[in-house]
Amino acid sequence: MSAVMITRKVRKWEKLPGKNTFCCDGRVMMARQKGVFYLTLFLIIGTCSLFFAFECPYLAVNLSPAIPVFAALLFLFVMAMLLRTSFSDPGVLPRALPEEATFIEMEIEAANGNVPAGQRPPPRIRNVQINNQIVKLKYCYTCKIFRPPRASHCSICDNCVDRFDHHCPWVGNCVGKRNYRYFYLFTLSLSLLTIYIFTFDIVHVVMRSVDSGFLNTLKETPGTVLEVLVCFFTLWSVVGLTGFHTYLISLNQTTNEDIKGSWSGKNRVQNPYSHKNIIKNCCEVLCGPAYPSVLDRRGLMQEDSPASETSPPSSSSMNSVPQTTKTTAPLIPNEHTPDDVKPSIADSAEKTPSPKEEESPAPKLPPLASPETDAETSIIKDKAH
Amino acid sequence: MAETHSLQDMRQQAAIAAKVFIQRDYTNGTVCQFQTKFPSELETRIDKQQFEETVRTLNNLYAEAEKLGSQSYLEGCLACLTAYTIFLCMETHYEKVLKKIAKYIQEQNDKIYAPRGLLLTDPIERGLRVIEITIFEDRSLGR
Repeated sequence: MSAVMITRKVRKWEKLPGKNTFCCDGRVMMARQKGVFYLTLFLIIGTCSLFFAFECPYLAVNLSPAIPVFAALLFLFVMAMLLRTSFSDPGVLPRALPEEATFIEMEIEAANGNVPAGQRPPPRIRNVQINNQIVKLKYCYTCKIFRPPRASHCSICDNCVDRFDHHCPWVGNCVGKRNYRYFYLFTLSLSLLTIYIFTFDIVHVVMRSVDSGFLNTLKETPGTVLEVLVCFFTLWSVVGLTGFHTYLISLNQTTNEDIKGSWSGKNRVQNPYSHKNIIKNCCEVLCGPAYPSVLDRRGLMQEDSPASETSPPSSSSMNSVPQTTKTTAPLIPNEHTPDDVKPSIADSAEKTPSPKEEESPAPKLPPLASPETDAETSIIKDKAH
Repeated sequence: MAETHSLQDMRQQAAIAAKVFIQRDYTNGTVCQFQTKFPSELETRIDKQQFEETVRTLNNLYAEAEKLGSQSYLEGCLACLTAYTIFLCMETHYEKVLKKIAKYIQEQNDKIYAPRGLLLTDPIERGLRVIEITIFEDRSLGR
């Protein structure tokens, strides 16, 4: 019984660490929990269908045929932006291969010098000067890299994302450098669509009530009540979110930085990435170059598997990228570990360091704890300081 | 056999002595730039000027890719008007420059680095984080 190795070609997405799901042979990339995303789709498609079914025939005839046409265009734009945000790579940084990780570790050891036994080594931080501001780059124990400025590790997707904004359960993906503008256009166009449907619902009800009376109108077009309810509740959160992100874009800040208060002005700390000009900031974020994905999802690689087993795709691969750090996280506390936790270092080594730091707002999913409400309350908190 | 300098042969026959990683230079912000500091491991293999010239050219190419100018704004606005469907058929400016970069690195490897037993890896294969330089064992010195 000799073990015969079969070499087969697999796509690189099958071997990527992290908790993403991939569809269409690597073309589509999303987070694992997609429930709220399906709810978003259902609400948008459902409400628009009701609008086209109940209101549009009456309004097209009695007011203008342009109304359903414009609604259709807006609806298509909203769907395109939503799908683009949800399905694209937000800007995930690939993890360091073993040689790079070792090289970085050696640099860290060299920088730290000799640490006497019993003392904890200094935290893994690199200081860089950006536009006359000192920015600290943190070391990511999961990805084994020093995170570039503005990058953050999303604990839901288990990836470091460049220019990390937040993890949005409504779109079922992280929002980062590559898909932020699509996310913003999605919220903006959704606000417009919601206002549009709400307005024309009211117009329709008023116009029809003049002819048939209010109660009869509601009986003839029961969909209207549902639409008005959905639009009314959606309006506040979506328009608020759009306003919040417009504010962030004009200052060239991310939600993550805003929540952490990185550039809140304490200790004369200013945002080094801002051009100090609202127009320039908006242009950079919305009309800047389209960054390519650095994750080669559809590239081919060789995988050796023994012929005797029916090996699932997650078995041994030639590209040995570490999956998690649960067993390999060094027993080195970081700067956020308080001194009294030192005895339980063995326990904390099993968890990802500083989970609160790395967690994006509202990773859990009841609709009430949506990122936008957390972000808005944080603005109120900031103002109260 | 030690005289063949083709990359395929290098990869298959030569043993890897070490790898050097040129890190990113963040002094101008998040734009993709690499440090031009000459690593000590390469002192015996290549000229400092040559190395700095390579990294500087790469930096200029990346700066061209990420430049915020009228071309990028035009591309952005046009794409937005078509709901970004235009990217299904058109290549972005960044992708065009990445192809130029890949060609440049191939050329540098063939002309300058492979004859010296070195190999540059395109940074895009390392997530635009580092320029990986593989140092192969110097067989010409003999054992």
